[in-house]
Amino acid sequence: MKKVLAILLSAAMILSLAACGGGTTVQSAESAAAETPVTEAAKEEAAPAAAEEAAPAAEAPAKESKGVYAIITKSAGNPYNEREASGFEAAITGAGYEAIIKHPAEITAEAQITLINELVAQGIDGIAIAANDFDALETSLKAAMDAGIHCICLDSSCNPASREVFINQAGVKEVGQCLVDATYDLTGGEGQWAILSATSVATNQNAWIDAMKEILKDDKYSKMELVEVAYGDDEQQKSVDETKALLQNYPDLKLINAPTTVGIAAASKVIQDEGLCGKVIVTGLGLPSEMAEFMEGENPACPYMFLWNPIDVGAVAGYTLMAMVNDGFDGGQVGASFTAADGKTYTVSQADDGGTQIIVGPPFKFDSSNIADWKTVY
Amino acid sequence: MEDTVKREISAKRDKSFKSIFFRWETLLVLMFVAVNIMNICISKNYLNGNNLFTAICTFIPKGLIAFPMAYLLVLGEIDLSVGSTVALSATTMAVLFNRGVPLETCVALCLIVATACGMLNGLILISFPELFPMIVTLGTQTLYRGIAEMILEDESAGKLHLVQWFYDIYYKKLGPIPICFIVFCVMAVIFGLVLHKTVFGRQLYAAGSNREAARYSGVPVKRNRFICYTLVGLVSGISALFYASWMGSIRSDIAAGYELEAVSMVVLGGISTAGGTGNFPGTVIAIFTIGLLKYGLGLINVNSQTILMIIGAILILVVMAPNIKNMIKARMAVKAQKAEQ
Repeated sequence: MKKVLAILLSAAMILSLAACGGGTTVQSAESAAAETPVTEAAKEEAAPAAAEEAAPAAEAPAKESKGVYAIITKSAGNPYNEREASGFEAAITGAGYEAIIKHPAEITAEAQITLINELVAQGIDGIAIAANDFDALETSLKAAMDAGIHCICLDSSCNPASREVFINQAGVKEVGQCLVDATYDLTGGEGQWAILSATSVATNQNAWIDAMKEILKDDKYSKMELVEVAYGDDEQQKSVDETKALLQNYPDLKLINAPTTVGIAAASKVIQDEGLCGKVIVTGLGLPSEMAEFMEGENPACPYMFLWNPIDVGAVAGYTLMAMVNDGFDGGQVGASFTAADGKTYTVSQADDGGTQIIVGPPFKFDSSNIADWKTVY
Repeated sequence: MEDTVKREISAKRDKSFKSIFFRWETLLVLMFVAVNIMNICISKNYLNGNNLFTAICTFIPKGLIAFPMAYLLVLGEIDLSVGSTVALSATTMAVLFNRGVPLETCVALCLIVATACGMLNGLILISFPELFPMIVTLGTQTLYRGIAEMILEDESAGKLHLVQWFYDIYYKKLGPIPICFIVFCVMAVIFGLVLHKTVFGRQLYAAGSNREAARYSGVPVKRNRFICYTLVGLVSGISALFYASWMGSIRSDIAAGYELEAVSMVVLGGISTAGGTGNFPGTVIAIFTIGLLKYGLGLINVNSQTILMIIGAILILVVMAPNIKNMIKARMAVKAQKAEQ
């Protein structure tokens, strides 16, 4: 008798536990539904609380399209991606639409495919994705495009077949121009300067350096003498050694331009350690978090440097998707352009991988006035 | 000391084996139904055959690994190297394919590498029976992953989708039903039948509930352990094939965490990590329950990390449930004794 009672009780216990489990699920789903922007469809069908909230929001979006756009980041907790997502969200919600931000559970293409499938099932309007693999997303993104969802890449691209257009954070020419202008400005337009690059085969760096050399042919820059392109191989120690060699070989060197995050930090460190701040100036492309210590204070080793602004990249992705859905903008058509809510016109150009791209603009300038804010970002 | 503990556990379990596990299965089915009802309620996009199959196919590669993993857990063992085995075998295949080796050969090599990985685990563990499977396979996990990373570094290899028949492994459909889903079901039936209807399967239960006793009764424990680890390797290779056909390109960091997902599915299915208990249909239902729960929550855009937390919480509840039951039972027994006095 007691045994039976015990078994019955325990069975009830297990069942209630399971019920608890189920309960937790539903609750979290509800609370998440309230916090995270969800599609109208999901909202309508969601638990009563969420459905009530959804009712007024349903008026805003356009009639034919759902007015829902999503961004898929590379991973959760990637500060650079988080900023892109916030820029995207601001652009989308600013236009009165709904933005979904999805972070994959792992930094893999597999986790991103799961998210793409979920978005396809919801039938949203557009997906912007920072791809974790160049080729692996092809089939699922094609399926999304077949389902009438516009797909674009930002930050890190997938292959041309998987996307309509790639939102490129900075074009080669823009970077080259920016770096030459910085050199011109910081040296006063004359004197010896050197480039400290990554490896001699680094695609990006070589493209930028070639662009710089092309720009330097202009008469305006004739008094500037590029003495050497040194290669620090993107290794801290090698970059330090190369910087020291430059300083030794060219006593009149006025500036070191390092279009690589490792190089610029290493060069700045050498200049600071040897007390050469002000005599030899460092600039280039650097990570704010790594460069902050060399940019703050009275006489910094690096007065200013550049990198991309992730918020702008995300926003342009949002503008592009909205232009595609609302105005029939064709991202695959080189030369096509649209004017975004920020007043700028974005034009499609040919990308190096054979697809198309939209270049966000010149790199973003970091100096002593904004570095304190940005060093916590990335 | 260890042996006495083991005997005690198995003795306890044997008594109420039937009653608990009959209920456990019912409970699982209920959970499965509940998850589906919940999904239908929260999203009108859920009941769409095409999308549903797409979603189901996304958890087939890891679901497959849960099958032989169930065998290992019945034996009271575990293999944490499966994710790395998938990565290493897929990497081998993709890299060789890019070097111009015919894809058929690469596929065979993928299966051979994976089986060899499993065999190595088995060989180490039967040669040194005093070692813990969890520690050994944790070692091979980093070893296999390390080799894959050495081969590929930060690159990706593949372009496997260029070969149509290979693309079809994952994407081909028979009518509305994907072939990989059919393969999954067929394998589930075979694994279930072998575990429950053959001598080999019963030997696994015997060895799992008390390895020493089983050995003295003439069960070839060593051989069976080796077979199971090898089987895990082989199925990881099959999983790698599906994965490669799905993605078309391979990186060294793929399938990370598959080992834990497979173990979670098996444990939710009612097979205890202590060994000797549980049944196979439970595992299959659990695979679908977890997979569809994830999909449903994803459909209403619950954050991926929150979904993982929910799954984790459910798993803890599941593992706790039998213990709580036993605790209550023990207390009631004490009370009953007191009352009688």
